[in-house]
Amino acid sequence: MKILVGYKRVVDYNVRIQVKPDGTGVVTDGVKLSANPFDDIALEEALRLREKGVATEVVVVAIGPADLTAHLRNGLAMGANRAIHVVTDAAVQPLTAARVFQRLVEKEQPGLVITGKQAIDDDANQTGQMLATLWDRPQATFASKVDISVESGADGKATVTREVDAGLEVIEVELPAVITTDLRLNEPRFIKLPDIMKAKAKPIDTIEFASLGIEANDHLKTTHYAAPPKRSRGVMVKDATELVAALKQKGLL
Amino acid sequence: MSKILVIAEHLGGKLNPSTARAVSAAAAVKPEAIDVLVLADAVDAIAAEAAKIEGVSRVLTIVRAENAHPLAAVLAPQIAKAAAGYSHVFVPSTTFGKDVAPRVAALLGVAQVSDVMSVESAHTFKRPIYAGNAIVTVEANSAHTVVATIRTASWPAAASGANSAPVEALNVDVALPSHTRFIELQQGKSDRPDLQSASKVVSGGRGVGSKENFEIIYKFADKIGAAVGASRAAVDAGYVPNELQVGQTGKIIAPELYVAVGISGAIQHLTGIKDAGTIVAINKDGEAPIFEIADIGLVGDLFKILPELDSAIG
Ligand SMILES: Cc1cc2nc3c(=O)[nH]c(=O)nc-3n(C[C@H](O)[C@H](O)[C@H](O)COP(=O)(O)OP(=O)(O)OC[C@H]3O[C@@H](n4cnc5c(N)ncnc54)[C@H](O)[C@@H]3O)c2cc1C
Ligand SMILES: Nc1ncnc2c1ncn2[C@@H]1O[C@H](COP(=O)(O)O)[C@@H](O)[C@H]1O
Repeated sequence: MKILVGYKRVVDYNVRIQVKPDGTGVVTDGVKLSANPFDDIALEEALRLREKGVATEVVVVAIGPADLTAHLRNGLAMGANRAIHVVTDAAVQPLTAARVFQRLVEKEQPGLVITGKQAIDDDANQTGQMLATLWDRPQATFASKVDISVESGADGKATVTREVDAGLEVIEVELPAVITTDLRLNEPRFIKLPDIMKAKAKPIDTIEFASLGIEANDHLKTTHYAAPPKRSRGVMVKDATELVAALKQKGLL
Repeated sequence: MSKILVIAEHLGGKLNPSTARAVSAAAAVKPEAIDVLVLADAVDAIAAEAAKIEGVSRVLTIVRAENAHPLAAVLAPQIAKAAAGYSHVFVPSTTFGKDVAPRVAALLGVAQVSDVMSVESAHTFKRPIYAGNAIVTVEANSAHTVVATIRTASWPAAASGANSAPVEALNVDVALPSHTRFIELQQGKSDRPDLQSASKVVSGGRGVGSKENFEIIYKFADKIGAAVGASRAAVDAGYVPNELQVGQTGKIIAPELYVAVGISGAIQHLTGIKDAGTIVAINKDGEAPIFEIADIGLVGDLFKILPELDSAIG
């Protein structure tokens, strides 16, 4: 079975985001870019399924500008067999990203697509679900545990534990399916130096976005960016008695 | 004029308060009608609760055995059908809404607005990106149905009680997939207030140190009638179950009082409490970033301070 992995490049999660003073966007010049943390987890899970013999090939997919090559090489160094780069300078919204994935799915016929539950730049939390819908397949979102054995995989089934507000939900989905990852699914491995060298020889297919014939009718227009209202530093109290007094004064106790 | 369909979230035959919050957001659009759609295997109790929410015009129900559990792949085709004639479909931005709404949007072939914080006009909304570190204004195409999830912490629950909206059964003729099966829900049983709707929350972080030590957090929470939350580090370390996590990837909450104990204040955690009324931080490190946003800070060892608080409250 082949696994496609969504592997988006985003502003690193440690960067303190600054909104441009003119409200046209956030500052991205010179800031550190990394793989979306949820996508590293998606890739790690795919690699573990390959190591268990459930999957035979892991393909990382990124949609974005021409300079994504180094980012994709990281995915290859982590262990993906190959990469697909859908090239576009425009920021693609989730519905368009899902349509791109749908085209790749038609071509690659994977048994599983694993994406992050959300990209930490747009925080949309949509692409995996939209892909599953366009593909008319099951989805198992917010996965914290994925059970596919060689046997159950051959039977075409995955058992997935999902982190939901009420606790942990367990569902069974028929394959092919889309799984989206939550943070506790696994801990992604570190890339080792020799793997970076090996990754240089692995193939990256590039596909021009325009050649896919997808109408990028992204219906959402972002008209303004603003910094969030700031919470400012309040008062310090010196002990428990003062704290209780302060809370009582505010009517909170 | 707008007509809005709000999808009810429920569990165990009870309406989730997130539904009334989504109704508030719908009311902000100033629509001609707000209808609430309940999908379940037994709808009566849930529909009766929804009918009481102020501002609701009608409660529509779809009763099917397949709707016993909220499986997105099963619910979405029914919601997409029911959405005909509506200008907007609103779903709470909880794990339920985040799972199902994009499926509805994709079936309708439209974009989705995630985590609506404010309604500027029928097609213009504000929403957070970058873990709440930027707020964007987005315009949806008015030629299409707007599918949106509603950031519950940004909206008060619409009042309940004064209304008695009519309840109507809806028949949607749509084939449902069988490729997705519910196995079980592992739910922590607790008599404490619900984290997402509690007016007071006490959260513990890595500083609490162990599962056993977390008792001190539960004890203090019980003393002041608060719900219990946690940082991701505390959940990852196994001190508490995942449903207690507050933050970017946990619950986004807006209690009147939030007490962070042994939590450093990482941006991903702060994302979850931006809308809290008063934030209190208790941390032994005076340099911890949590103090930069806390309304009241107290530097010290939590194992000394919490018992002291307990006796100071009396
Ligand atoms: C994509 C992504 C998403 C994330 N989502 C979330 C999320 O939803 N929620 C979340 O919380 N985190 C999230 N995180 C993790 C986040 O970055 C932090 O790692 C986490 O919040 C740290 O938890 P903490 O404050 O409990 O632990 P620490 O940062 O280790 O802080 C522990 C604190 O306890 C204090 N302390 C220790 N002992 C005592 C004592 N005896 N008395 C008083 N104080 C003491 C220390 O001074 C310290 O400040 C996410 C990270 C990523 C990358
Ligand atoms: N441009 C992209 N390139 C690769 N993967 C993407 C892209 N956009 C979205 N995805 C995948 O979809 C997931 C959810 O993204 P989103 O719906 O934008 O929050 C991400 O974690 C990725 O796995």
